[in-house]
Amino acid sequence: MTIVRDRVATTLHALPGKRRINPILVVVVAGAIIVALTYTLPAFRTYQLATVGAYFCVTAGLTVLTGLNGQLSLGHGALMATGAYTLALWQNKFNMLIPGVIVAILVTTAVGAIIGLAAARLRGPYLAGLTLAVAVVVPSISSTFDGTFNSDQGLPVALNPPPESILVEQWQAWVCWIAALVTVLALAYLTRGRFGRDMRAVRDDETAAKLAGISVARTQVLAFVVSAACAGLGGALFAVLSQSVSPGAFPLTLSLFLLMAIVIGGLGRLVGALIGALLLVALPAIAQEIGQSAGSQRLEGNLALTFFGVVLVVVMIAAPGGLTSIRLRRTKTTRTRNELKQKGR
Amino acid sequence: MDRFLFLTFDGLSRGAVYAAFALALVLIWRAARIVNFAQGAMAVATVYAGYSVTNATGSYWLGFVVAIVGGLVLGAAVERVVMRFVDHSSPLNGVVVALGLVLIIQGVLGMIYGNEFLPAPTAFSRDAFEVGGVALLSRYDIFVFASVGAVVVLLTLLFTRTPTGLRMRAAAFAPDVSRLLGVPVGGMLTLGWALAAAVGSLAGLLVIPTELGLHPTAMDVVFISAFTAAVLGGLDSPIGAVIGGLVVGLLLSYVSGYLGATVAPMAVLILLVVVLLGRPDGLFTRARTKARAA
Repeated sequence: MTIVRDRVATTLHALPGKRRINPILVVVVAGAIIVALTYTLPAFRTYQLATVGAYFCVTAGLTVLTGLNGQLSLGHGALMATGAYTLALWQNKFNMLIPGVIVAILVTTAVGAIIGLAAARLRGPYLAGLTLAVAVVVPSISSTFDGTFNSDQGLPVALNPPPESILVEQWQAWVCWIAALVTVLALAYLTRGRFGRDMRAVRDDETAAKLAGISVARTQVLAFVVSAACAGLGGALFAVLSQSVSPGAFPLTLSLFLLMAIVIGGLGRLVGALIGALLLVALPAIAQEIGQSAGSQRLEGNLALTFFGVVLVVVMIAAPGGLTSIRLRRTKTTRTRNELKQKGR
Repeated sequence: MDRFLFLTFDGLSRGAVYAAFALALVLIWRAARIVNFAQGAMAVATVYAGYSVTNATGSYWLGFVVAIVGGLVLGAAVERVVMRFVDHSSPLNGVVVALGLVLIIQGVLGMIYGNEFLPAPTAFSRDAFEVGGVALLSRYDIFVFASVGAVVVLLTLLFTRTPTGLRMRAAAFAPDVSRLLGVPVGGMLTLGWALAAAVGSLAGLLVIPTELGLHPTAMDVVFISAFTAAVLGGLDSPIGAVIGGLVVGLLLSYVSGYLGATVAPMAVLILLVVVLLGRPDGLFTRARTKARAA
């Protein structure tokens, strides 16, 4: 019993209460920097900046789910596809961007709720396997219902041109970063409050959380829903950025990239999610330049792939200390098993 | 009826491959409590190696042997070089590292061979014999049944009849006691990974020529099907994996045959969800192992 009480206590004390920076202040400063950047950077860099914003929406949501709640999702690429396709279908019919983005978020949230309901009953490799299946299978739906989704070719996304006084890239960067900053602000408040505490408690010890009166399943489903909404928003932004959607844009590797992005910056930290989003844009760009200078097309995409893989493996092995937040549920059983193993080897 | 028979045999042939691949997953799960998410990528890598050898020498069988031996080596290497150093206090860590390996392997394969589908050679004709006017089995199907059957028999003999098999089971079941009794627990673990990867390579060799061809991501969907098969049978049960594989193979064959090939991946996902929510411990896991698997 003392063990349980201690755990709850440490969970509560581990709150980010000591040096609290006002998130609104951070967001305002970040917004100012972004606006300044969109006026100084060349068009292509501005476009990349916009892409970082779109990725940031997704990684921020995913790091809350995996880092704070301990649920590993490999299906977020598929959730992004859901958001992107919803927006594409909406735009081609109604061509109203803001309601479209909201609809995309709502649809993805609903899909996320379904997966989340299943996920709340699953642990460890079973959850990973299910979400992996989602990531692999969902792109194939576009071929199953090719009348709606137009198979591998995908769909164009109808967009009204931005006002003439600003560049398209500038407009894209603003749209993406307004979305990203609002998302991050919401997540920051959400994870600081009671919900964040519940998520951490569930992650660290389900039994203790239950004893403290937290509904484990409800917390897990909610975490999944929140993170799915972020992925839907990110996906919709990608549809806006590329002005087309196709299953090829959401392969399994995208989900793995997202995982790398949240692992490298430290799981459960929004700053880490930002670093990850930056790397997701920067590294493929660098790899592409290396590939072009080496004159090898094969190098271009695959160099980034390999690098991301190496990062995942190395970080997970060499710096598990940075990943302490990933301590899963069922700590007791895993711990005894681990002790057994350590003795055994 | 003819069509039903044809689909049944086709499904059993596919299912045999899934069974082998699921068996590879179960082998590692039993030995190390890790679901090896890199299994598909590892299998593809060895099939590529075999492909290179076959192209260079013109001999399918030399390539076949190279792929299987490559599987043994790669499996042992992955355990010795990577997995041994993963902190297994959280089951997530092993999963994430395995996924990292997937990216590395797919990236390196893409750099060496490119991201186009390459035609994979087969040893036997895939034209089906006709029995009474009904196309049933091809030579290739028989080859698949024979090789998967041989693997199942050999593994059963290894685990139930040989001292090494006994040591492997002991090392997985009770590492402490085994070590006290002089079993090289780490070595047994490496051996388990090597065997599993070799079985995975065999499954890759068998299934890739029947699909679109060689591609770094060629085994992604196969992995999902085999994972479903393994979960259906219970991750702890080799017999369950074989039966699960056959069931998934049949299901996929009927669904593609009657509803269209594009529906098949959806069917696997639905089956996986149903199994995970309905009976997550699988159909063939006994109560004792269930508690351990928690």
